[in-house]
Amino acid sequence: MSVKTIFETMEYGPAPEANKESIAFLERHNRKFQLFINGKWAKPSSGVYFETINPANRAVLAEIAEANEKDVDIAVKAAKKALKPWSEIGGHARARYLYAIARQIQKHSRNFAVLESMDNGKPIRETRDIDIPLVARHFYHHAGWAQLMDTELSEYEPVGVVGQIIPWNFPMMMLAWKIAPALAMGNTVVLKPAEFTSLTALMFAEICKEVGLPDGVVNIITGAGKTGAALVAHPDVAKIAFTGSTDVGKIIRRATAGTGKKISLELGGKSPFIVFEDADLDSVVEGVVDAIWFNQGEVCCAGSRLLVEESIAEKLYKKIKARMDTLRMGDSLDKCIDIGAVVAPIQLETIDALVQKGKDEGNQWWQPYWSCPTDGYFYPPTLFTGVSPSSLIAQEEIFGPVLVAMSFRSHSEAVKLANNTRYGLAASIWTEDINLALDIAPQLKAGSVWINCTNVFDAASGFGGYRESGFGREGGKEGLYEYVKPKANALMTDKAPMTKRQEPKASSNGISMPGIDRTAKMYIGGKQARPDGGNSIIVTDTFGNHIGEVSKGNRKDIRNAVEAAHAGTAWGKMTGHAKAQVLYYLAENLAIRSAEFASRIVECTNVSRAEAEKEVSSSIERIYYYAAFADKYDGDVHHTTQRNVTLAMPERIGVLGIVCPDESPLLGFISTVIPALTMGNNLIVIPSETFPLLATDFYQILETSDVPAGAVNIVTGVKDELTKELAKHYDVDGLWYFGTQEGSKEVELLSADNLKRTWCNYGKYRNWYDHAQGQGREYLRRASEIKNIWIPYGI
Amino acid sequence: MTGNKVKDTVHMTHDIIHRNDGIPFDAGLLDGIRVNKSAVERRAATIGTRRSVKKEYQAAWLLKAISCIDLTTLSGDDTPGNVLRLCAKARNPIRMDLMEALDIQGMGLTTGAVCVYHNLIPYAVEALKGTNIPVAAVSTGFPAGQIALSEKLREIKMSVAAGAKEIDIVISRALVLKSDWKGLYDEIKACREACGEAHMKTILATGEIPTLTKVAKASMVAMMAGSDFIKTSTGKESVNATLPVTLVMVRMIRQYQELTGYKVGYKPAGGISKAKDALNYLIMMKEELGNDWLRPELFRFGASSLLGDIERQLEHFVTGRYSASYRHPMA
Repeated sequence: MSVKTIFETMEYGPAPEANKESIAFLERHNRKFQLFINGKWAKPSSGVYFETINPANRAVLAEIAEANEKDVDIAVKAAKKALKPWSEIGGHARARYLYAIARQIQKHSRNFAVLESMDNGKPIRETRDIDIPLVARHFYHHAGWAQLMDTELSEYEPVGVVGQIIPWNFPMMMLAWKIAPALAMGNTVVLKPAEFTSLTALMFAEICKEVGLPDGVVNIITGAGKTGAALVAHPDVAKIAFTGSTDVGKIIRRATAGTGKKISLELGGKSPFIVFEDADLDSVVEGVVDAIWFNQGEVCCAGSRLLVEESIAEKLYKKIKARMDTLRMGDSLDKCIDIGAVVAPIQLETIDALVQKGKDEGNQWWQPYWSCPTDGYFYPPTLFTGVSPSSLIAQEEIFGPVLVAMSFRSHSEAVKLANNTRYGLAASIWTEDINLALDIAPQLKAGSVWINCTNVFDAASGFGGYRESGFGREGGKEGLYEYVKPKANALMTDKAPMTKRQEPKASSNGISMPGIDRTAKMYIGGKQARPDGGNSIIVTDTFGNHIGEVSKGNRKDIRNAVEAAHAGTAWGKMTGHAKAQVLYYLAENLAIRSAEFASRIVECTNVSRAEAEKEVSSSIERIYYYAAFADKYDGDVHHTTQRNVTLAMPERIGVLGIVCPDESPLLGFISTVIPALTMGNNLIVIPSETFPLLATDFYQILETSDVPAGAVNIVTGVKDELTKELAKHYDVDGLWYFGTQEGSKEVELLSADNLKRTWCNYGKYRNWYDHAQGQGREYLRRASEIKNIWIPYGI
Repeated sequence: MTGNKVKDTVHMTHDIIHRNDGIPFDAGLLDGIRVNKSAVERRAATIGTRRSVKKEYQAAWLLKAISCIDLTTLSGDDTPGNVLRLCAKARNPIRMDLMEALDIQGMGLTTGAVCVYHNLIPYAVEALKGTNIPVAAVSTGFPAGQIALSEKLREIKMSVAAGAKEIDIVISRALVLKSDWKGLYDEIKACREACGEAHMKTILATGEIPTLTKVAKASMVAMMAGSDFIKTSTGKESVNATLPVTLVMVRMIRQYQELTGYKVGYKPAGGISKAKDALNYLIMMKEELGNDWLRPELFRFGASSLLGDIERQLEHFVTGRYSASYRHPMA
């Protein structure tokens, strides 16, 4: 076109990014990629290769090796062999390697950006300005954590060989989020990229070679779901880190149940984007663009549900529609586009099918006037307005450029709509009123809350989900715990600690005045409750002598307890100081009755009086320990790279089940219940089945110590039956289980359905008297999850 | 219910621009203004990364930029001599051989205007005779505006009488700082009346306005009072035109157009000296306001050294060699 014509039309024209270097990389490998195992390129045992394409033009980029079980085994063995020297090389040496990786990525940043854009279909602007800079940043940040591990995580050690499975939407970024913390903390990894987007991971393998990373520390195996499943199943893998769909996340939870493998899951989302009437609406429109038309909407934390205050809804819809017309779509390497291609035909079909359903449901929809390019897999930005929560498109994750909008009447309704989802990955709040923003943020069930911004990330901030968006965090100090384990875990034993038992003296014959019958009831909603089934269980001491009875709780009692826990909202709202006061009061009242509790311990467990008194006094001290922490286990303000305050706030998990250990029945009960309580959770406690009377005695202490109704609910009965009901219950957010190996497995299996946060002991025993095993920040960490709230500022 | 794939308007043909007559002062319009600085900065930062013009497109866009330049000299040592040189450059902004290579000889490319102090108006008018290049004069006690309103109005009238077709006024910053919006409205409206047929560009001096919200409000007041253009800076403040400030001001222009139908022009000024910067501004205008704002009737750069950089870039496009400034005739 002539300069003169363009002067009149003022059109943009093509602006292609050069891809010579990336093509050279492909050619260097003859467009056929092997597996990267033990520092070498290895042909797959299967001999099978699959094609990877450029979704923007359907061109085949290369062939990729498909790893089978045998390859997985070889890779895991390589990682296992590398583990000891890598973990023992020390934090400083690991820091040097990670720093070198960061540098090397920066040096080749354009090549990574171009290759990523070609393989995935996402705009070069995004890979160049967002993905790859965040990759380098992640390695720099974690080089620092490697250096600091000895001092900052002195009570922790590496987990071992980590299997990592990453998605296709941010291939390199997800690789960095997985590999950087794993290596920093002294683990070795076997990483499987998504089958649609393996190329940058393979280019990263070259970086590992270039910086001289020891062989086997990073292994990259390519393949599809079967390869991933083999990695998950491998017995030498100590941890699985997965980012992907919620369905696969649940499969991984079930597959690893009872194995003791640590898992972290970063899954799907249907994140709310909430706009209040006092927001800067023009900026909101750009926020929407960043929320749902970033990366073609193929973003797990995409702001895909637009919730708008009714007073401004029509005005905002009009602005968004106008903006949609000015979005540009095209080849991913065009520097003049906003939206690239969808990763694969199958994803295009999924998006289209859901949009069709949305249309069939009668929702109003809008697409821009322009049409999509036809040489690749493109889907136009789409807006549905006036959508109700009962609409399928308001609930299902579409993972495409499709926004569903609905209005709300009040602030409380906004929160209800926002939380009306099984997911809980992220949320965005738009208002110029900081009072409003900071009031709403803690009420949202979401791991990341962005105020007046969206889809912002940084290595210093933790990212991860609530609810079925998964568990675990990536980034920040909170993310490191996914790649370490407490050193104290090694102290746990396969057998219960031995205690000397003494047979009680036989009571004298003859008739005497009977004691007044004391019926141990259950404790639900702040009241003593009789069991629904009307049955009791006989309780005996360790020699089989009948010492009492407790209620035999059933699933209805569990149901009632969960309802009572949800109804008891007072506890979760109390300040740290107020909670501390209640905990100290508990300790005080237990101290007053310490003789009685000691007698009960002797009666139940047949230990010596001295031993029992020690258990009571240890219990009192433990309550003090957590009372002390109640106003001290606080969050962080992260040093993220944007101009904002990033608050990392520990929040209560919610309604938490606690299945108590049998050993040290009072101290075990206190050591598990009190930290969970301290973090503000409402509890359903299943006490030791063998020695339940200490727990039922304890509710009298709860009653007299200002513990609000519903904060602690106690259901006695057959431990594993009740546990099963708790694990199945959808309205229970987390479950701690101290019992058998089989019981642990059952808990993890049944909890997969709503992805409860579980903590199990896999049949191991703790010495509850030992401070390293029986108390600590680890308990508080398990009883909470971190929410990162991003608050940009500036006038 | 059905969806809609029809576009409301297509910005291909330019509408005739009706001069902004202003509207009565409406404080309610100001109350609803909200500006989030971080979000504005984020959008402004990606304007130049989401869009790119290359090769012949870039050349055409740079020529467009030239046509929108208010070629400016505002110095204590301005004399008829350097103003004449400036006017000659405004008439022939790029070398003839480059025009030929770009095949645009017949286009009559000039800068948008020549901008001078009051005393130099007659020389500029004389030097631009026979062209359509208007002379713009800075006025109202430029750059600080610290003179009586009566003096400001007198200065405007004198400049118009001397032949200035465009008057760049400065506002009393104190009125903005005190949030005296009605006072600001009255002052600008009085200036507009003094301008008569001459077009008025209202300089907000955004570098001296403490918040973006106040920049937005001042923009809206200036348009309500009948400004033909709103302009960022005098070039004499320590902070001049920036993309975030521009974004805030052009969004107000859009809002004012939605309210009244009037299209108000925009002029960033000060510190825009690179061709790349100019492209970013043009991209922002196209993205936020549409192609109507890519012409001198609705968009100007207040700049003195920008033209030189654009000339060098154009020579590079034509020859494939990086240029040197001495190869281009100076102003």
